[in-house]
Amino acid sequence: MSDKQDVTFAVNGDERMIRVEPRRSLADALREDCGLTGTHLGCEHGVCGACTVLLDDKPVRSCLMFAVQAEGARVRTVEGLASGDKLHPLQQAFWDHHGLQCGFCTPGFLMLAVGILEHDPDIAEPELREALSSNLCRCTGYQNILKSVLAAAAEMRK
Amino acid sequence: MRWIGRPLPRYEDPVLLQGRGRYTADLAQGARILRFVRSPVARGRILAVNAPPGVAIVTAAVLGDVKPICPRLDRRDYVPVAQPILADERVTYVGEPIAAVIADTAAEAEDLAEQVTVEIAGETPVVTLDQALAPGALLVHDMAAQNTLIDARFETPGIAAALAAAHQAVEFTFTSGRQAAAPLEARGAVAAFDSATGRVTLWASTQMPHLLRTGIADALGIPESELRVVAPEVGGGFGQKMALVPEYVVAVWAARRFACSVAWIEDRLENLTASFHARDQRLHMRGAFDAEGRLLAIDADVLCNVGAYSNFPATCGVEPLMALADMPGPYRVPEYRARARGVASNTCPMAPYRGVSRPVITAAIERLMDCAAARLGLDALEIRRRNLTAEFPHTSVTGVVHDAGSYREAMEAAARVVDFAQFRARQQTVRADGRWLGLGISVFAERTGPGTPAFAARRMVITPGFERVELVMDPSGFLEARIGSSPHGQGLKTTLAQLIADEIGVAPGEIRVVAGDTDRTPYGWGTFASRSLVIAGGACKLAAATLRERLQAVAGQILEAAASDIEIDDGRAFVRGTDLGVEVRQLARAAYHQSHRFPAIAETGLSAVATYDPYGTFSNACHVAIVAVDVATGQVEIERFVVVEDAGRLINPMIVEGQIHGGVAQGIANALYEEVVYDDDGNILTGSLADYLVPTMAEIPRLEIHHLETLTEASVTGAKGVGEGGTIGAPAAVLNAVSDALAPFGVGIFEMPITPQRILQLLGEAGRKAQ
Repeated sequence: MSDKQDVTFAVNGDERMIRVEPRRSLADALREDCGLTGTHLGCEHGVCGACTVLLDDKPVRSCLMFAVQAEGARVRTVEGLASGDKLHPLQQAFWDHHGLQCGFCTPGFLMLAVGILEHDPDIAEPELREALSSNLCRCTGYQNILKSVLAAAAEMRK
Repeated sequence: MRWIGRPLPRYEDPVLLQGRGRYTADLAQGARILRFVRSPVARGRILAVNAPPGVAIVTAAVLGDVKPICPRLDRRDYVPVAQPILADERVTYVGEPIAAVIADTAAEAEDLAEQVTVEIAGETPVVTLDQALAPGALLVHDMAAQNTLIDARFETPGIAAALAAAHQAVEFTFTSGRQAAAPLEARGAVAAFDSATGRVTLWASTQMPHLLRTGIADALGIPESELRVVAPEVGGGFGQKMALVPEYVVAVWAARRFACSVAWIEDRLENLTASFHARDQRLHMRGAFDAEGRLLAIDADVLCNVGAYSNFPATCGVEPLMALADMPGPYRVPEYRARARGVASNTCPMAPYRGVSRPVITAAIERLMDCAAARLGLDALEIRRRNLTAEFPHTSVTGVVHDAGSYREAMEAAARVVDFAQFRARQQTVRADGRWLGLGISVFAERTGPGTPAFAARRMVITPGFERVELVMDPSGFLEARIGSSPHGQGLKTTLAQLIADEIGVAPGEIRVVAGDTDRTPYGWGTFASRSLVIAGGACKLAAATLRERLQAVAGQILEAAASDIEIDDGRAFVRGTDLGVEVRQLARAAYHQSHRFPAIAETGLSAVATYDPYGTFSNACHVAIVAVDVATGQVEIERFVVVEDAGRLINPMIVEGQIHGGVAQGIANALYEEVVYDDDGNILTGSLADYLVPTMAEIPRLEIHHLETLTEASVTGAKGVGEGGTIGAPAAVLNAVSDALAPFGVGIFEMPITPQRILQLLGEAGRKAQ
């Protein structure tokens, strides 16, 4: 278990090399080896989606992947969304439309939504609703998450 | 410029949106990791706890004289039971902590915990209400005869006559499954020992930092000053995090014993099995109506399966006593009899969960109304019109005082929004195509912001209620409001800043609200019972009014005018009707650095303290659900959901609606999806979020919200609480709608969650009966 392996990957555009046990999940590696605690763990069994990050631009559950599987990949987390002081349109929309309450599920929803909208900027509401139902939120009843993502989609199409 | 009433974006959000919020697990870097060894069986005698060779583990024996958790009510009908921090002789539910291990990493701690073996002589557990109450049932606790931890009664003298005189009597048994609050962030604690001061700082995912400090200090027998409790960002609580838990006591104990930092980060399995549950209730209801549909009496027998222990500080009385006192809800109930019992079982203990009993009693009462209406040939609106309280203040049969509300108006407004007549026509039309639509309504009053009088009436030995606020302006003119409430997602810091801003005349962006740190805030009770806006908000307003007077005194001195002629707006103090003025920032600078000029504020400077302890105030609402039931699959789809809410004055309407959204989603979950299931041996079958079905965006429909604003004198800000109403009202509306859809089949719903399997089962039974 303790034979550590080197993993080299790009996190939010920065090349990183970490040494981890093969059993280390990508989520734990991001949180503990890279110090990026914005990626949250809500269930560690792949249901809640709070740990969603983008791996080569696709949303993945970072709790269901080993860090070693991310070798050579490009990983994007919530910490990489804003450009300096300027929030990403999704972050701005979540702020404007009260798309978060306790904020624990928010990084996962943001990364999921980034993945969805980058893949399909014109996604229709029913398909968007279906795609966003991948993740759980316990505070908002999803009303303002949907509203926020729709508003961001419109903004990003401009 | 006025700030109250604006949908101001939250000051809390930028940090959270960028992943910079610090939740408890984010603070665990460098700490040693604590892992609990939990009981694999529901009931038994511990024969041995074996540590792996060469490993020191923490057991009850090692903890020595650490005191158990023993929550108390000052009532003869209540039996206090003491919960050991770690199980010593017996285990009483699956998941009960027996031992703890400490390792350098989470993975190593898990490995170690798996190597601890526990030998238990298993016994047949008492899992259900029926098992616990059966004659000769095994006792969960020897001192609690018939497994009854609380047995409260209420009876008016005329009850028997009223029941006998009934034109219509409606009687049924209503059941609610067990729910878990399931906050997205599970519980967690980081306890750090400081060798310089000998103090421990505990960061914990809690709703009540001060009470946690009291509870832990009492358990360890140390002065409270040796412990600082901080609630950092908290990822939802919903009541589950308003109790003292053994794990936190062990964390603080270990930090002191080993002079280090230790962290316990709960996993989801632990959270679903060994944190707290709620709602496992069965109500036997009897309602007596006269020929016009007026309610004459309610006779209710309330049974709550409260699990193995009582929670601190609310106790296991929280659900039964809420049901007993608040059963009549928004209706005039002349005669009332109720018995409400909290029954112990070998299951996970109960804690308050958003709504506390009221989702269940509201569903039962609203089903009662619909059943009586059907018998009497009245519609759902008419029977409620004849029974809703319309005169305020209204004192209920149990002595609870309802302040001004809009019970009937909210229902009539909802009826206008939905257009019942048009729905009935459509319902008829689509039935021909085999589509079964139903409409259900739910009218309720939500007691919010209860102060000490409400909790004293429950006879809690620890009586929560007041809130104290310290408001300080610093020399640069910025304000800090230190509150005892402990928000965890509600946006309270933004809302309170809006309240204070208007009271003083400054911008809310210049006000920092400090919460959740026992070293930084006055002793308070935390955030629960829809209380923080009402009570901490009230205290903020009172403190701000005093501080404004102090600023007026300083400004009067500087501007050579009477303090009473000074107005403050947009950060500037000026003599009314003139352009003679001075910036608040200059006042602040002068008040500190030339204090000799301002004898009027010599004692206090630019600070103010206020305490608010109201009786409480009632929000009210009407929910309407329109559902489609697929009778082939049992699937329920919510087509439309309307809420007409009266939460008094809206300070931040966007935040208020957010509270309603989240509450309704949890209520829909109660009605249709979520249930903690135990097998006969007391094992939990719903230990993951793949089994315990928290609804997703696919299940929660668009929610339409409309507001009424009854201004009340029961709250100094005019605001009523709104944290729980969504959860309280939604189940009743959904169940009434499903019952309405299935009425042609002779099916009525008296249980929740009403899952597809249960609907099919009821349709099958009804079909067999019809043959």
